[in-house]
Amino acid sequence: MTTKLVFENLKNKPMRSLLSFLLIGVPVTLILTLQGLSSGMLNDARDRARGVGADILVRASSSTIGIQQTPDAVPEKYVSYFRTDVPHVKLAMGVINHSIEFPLIITGLNLDEFTAMSGGFIFPKGHGLRDPDDILVDTLYAKQKKLQIGATVTLLNHPWHLVGIIEGGKLARVVVSLKSLQEVLHIGSNVTSIYLKLDDPANIDFVDRFIQEHNNLRAEPMADYTEAAYNISNVPGLSDFMYVVMAIGIVIGFAVVCLSMYMSVLQRTREIGILKAIGGSNSFILRIILAEAMVLGLGGTVLGILMSFGAWWLIRTLVPSSLSIEIVPLWWPIAGGITLVGAALGALYPGLNAARHDPIEALAYE
Amino acid sequence: MSSGTAIEIQDLRKTYRVGKVEVPALRGVDLQVKTGEFLAIVGPSGSGKSTLFHIIGGLTPPTSGLVRVAGLDLSALSDSGRTTLRKKTVGFVFQKFNLLPNLTARDNIAVARYIAGTDGLSSKDFDEVLRLLGIDRRLDHKPSALSGGEQQRVAIARAIVNHPAILLADEPTGNLDTGNSQAVLEILRDLNQRRGQTILMITHNPEAAAFAHRTVRMRDGRVE
Repeated sequence: MTTKLVFENLKNKPMRSLLSFLLIGVPVTLILTLQGLSSGMLNDARDRARGVGADILVRASSSTIGIQQTPDAVPEKYVSYFRTDVPHVKLAMGVINHSIEFPLIITGLNLDEFTAMSGGFIFPKGHGLRDPDDILVDTLYAKQKKLQIGATVTLLNHPWHLVGIIEGGKLARVVVSLKSLQEVLHIGSNVTSIYLKLDDPANIDFVDRFIQEHNNLRAEPMADYTEAAYNISNVPGLSDFMYVVMAIGIVIGFAVVCLSMYMSVLQRTREIGILKAIGGSNSFILRIILAEAMVLGLGGTVLGILMSFGAWWLIRTLVPSSLSIEIVPLWWPIAGGITLVGAALGALYPGLNAARHDPIEALAYE
Repeated sequence: MSSGTAIEIQDLRKTYRVGKVEVPALRGVDLQVKTGEFLAIVGPSGSGKSTLFHIIGGLTPPTSGLVRVAGLDLSALSDSGRTTLRKKTVGFVFQKFNLLPNLTARDNIAVARYIAGTDGLSSKDFDEVLRLLGIDRRLDHKPSALSGGEQQRVAIARAIVNHPAILLADEPTGNLDTGNSQAVLEILRDLNQRRGQTILMITHNPEAAAFAHRTVRMRDGRVE
């Protein structure tokens, strides 16, 4: 009967119910979209780093965790040094990663070295880098910027000539030759990272120690690097940011349910009086209000999850290259739990208010 | 009519506080109602009829005096005790029907059974009452689709569904036309005669009062 009372009330105030669902759903969507974005961006970056096929990443010792960008420069001469003087190094490749428009990065590399290390890019359209001003972009970047082969792409105040569209998943979305990028950035013969492929992965620890003992550089196995760099808890501020968003979700859920239930209690003062007149206890009245808030919270969660699919579709359609987003079902119950906590807290005041109604005054309410 | 006492009231007083002003609504009411009696209470507005009803029905506590309803001393009852009284011992019929607008007639009756915890029990005898009230074919309609007379009959069904010791009817015909008023009064009389239901009815209408065994008049917070 409690269920019937709750559902009949929601059914008879469809606009209030729908608005409540919508307003509760918005923070759920916000939480799920941000979680999907952070997860998607990190996983995408990690997968692209893994796609290089390297065993060890070498950076300047001052580098912090994350994607290396100028000016954490390493002299390019180290690339040949690693090839010739460090045991077990089969291939070495220096790259420059430079931010163009957050979070996109342009990568300068030697295409032959990259092909040798990773197996090379796959070209659905066009071909590799031949001239100094040639540029490659991946399919997502091309889609987002509506680029066709032959187009001029101006980046870093330099006109580049689009010669190839590559499949994503390997290191970079936007690729130019290492030498051209060094010239455009005026950074001389420096790189930001050096990737090493060894003759045998079993030698990773040895080479890692060797480099750190003989050079003032930071070397780490790619497996360790990708796990550490692309883990949400290791990205400075990201976890805190998520906590703030969740807190906002609770506050919005609380405020919406509180307002909605307060209005509902006010509108139903007479009905509460009737229920009390026929023997409804304070706890019975409170139970109805809380149950209604829980239904609003659950409905809002479901709507929020559905809207997160909408946000997912929009992001993948409009900015597939800049933002990578995933649907994270693991967070559905978490977002739902956060919403229900907010809804329960929000319903408490109007619920207690309703339970404390004087039945005679409530019955006289017009 | 049985010889037992359904309601015993001695020197009942009720004072409301409006801001800093104390307003005496009942100034020493004495009344006895026998089990199975149909009693009409008449009197002008402000004479204390409704307050007396609210106290007998456990909607508000008395300020002083003795009120015993079906053997229960109301002055000793807590808020939850009065809730239990409303749940099981008294049934209300209001002038404005006071049905829950979102529920069907059937659910309006069922909610009273649910609250009293009797919804699992057999209702064979109650089906008979529904036929008696003439609403057995209107149970799946919401109040907005029922006439005033039908709504009041549903309200009566809700009030007696848990077999209360006392049925309190506050101006039950106040919002009804003559035909429906007559029908509702006959139902009340029928319930009293066939089922021995003790009934207290507030009314302004002398014709309605004539349906009762006895009429008491209230004035200025006292029974005359």
